[in-house]
Amino acid sequence: MHLLAVLIGGFFGAVCRYGVGIGFPAQHGFPIGTFIINLFGCLFLGWFLTFIGQKKTIRPEVTSLIGTGFTGSFTTFSTFSVETIHLFQEGLFFLALLYVFASTILGLLFAYIGRKLALSHQQTGELL
Amino acid sequence: MIWLIGLGGSLGAATRFLLGRFITNKTQRVYPFPIGTWLINCTGSFLLGVLTSLHQTYQISDLVFAFFGVGFCGAYTTFSTFGHETITLIQANHIKLAVIYVITSVIIGTLSAWAGLVILN
Repeated sequence: MHLLAVLIGGFFGAVCRYGVGIGFPAQHGFPIGTFIINLFGCLFLGWFLTFIGQKKTIRPEVTSLIGTGFTGSFTTFSTFSVETIHLFQEGLFFLALLYVFASTILGLLFAYIGRKLALSHQQTGELL
Repeated sequence: MIWLIGLGGSLGAATRFLLGRFITNKTQRVYPFPIGTWLINCTGSFLLGVLTSLHQTYQISDLVFAFFGVGFCGAYTTFSTFGHETITLIQANHIKLAVIYVITSVIIGTLSAWAGLVILN
């Protein structure tokens, strides 16, 4: 069941990544599409896994579907790596470094904010 | 096109799930470093580098690249899990491991992509 959930989530995650990538083409060489995708995915996964960790009643397949499948497939490390090398190869060193540092630092910050959001909801007793 | 990307994404996510679980079961109890995602992101970056270079030189079609590159490699590798695992390491006070995880993932990951891009030239 877990594998099926990952397969289904992975399908939609990849399709959504492709869709967002078309909606946000590179701006002056900066891969804004992948950037937005990875930051949003970090925020969501940080929130989702913390939230679901507190809800013992939710089936574990939901984590496989939305976390491992959808969000894991939506965000991508390989495209981030290849885009970084492309920026270096085109001589856009500043943009390449900006892309790497902004993706990493903001990605981690967003994952942390997601986690904090889920924890604060738990404390205030809100439903979400 | 959309179907090929989706199906490639399904396979990529499933491969990450199975491989990640296999590696985590072998290592995580002994050592908290997320070696599974680390290996997945580096090998996936290399593979996407190879596929991108083949695609740019017209050795594979747009459809093949959509399935294996955008779909499979994109879904096989993951940025969100990388972020979440780093925060989890920091929360567990493994600050040094978190720093090593982030720096080596980024450096070895991009170097792998570079190696993939140039290996067939």
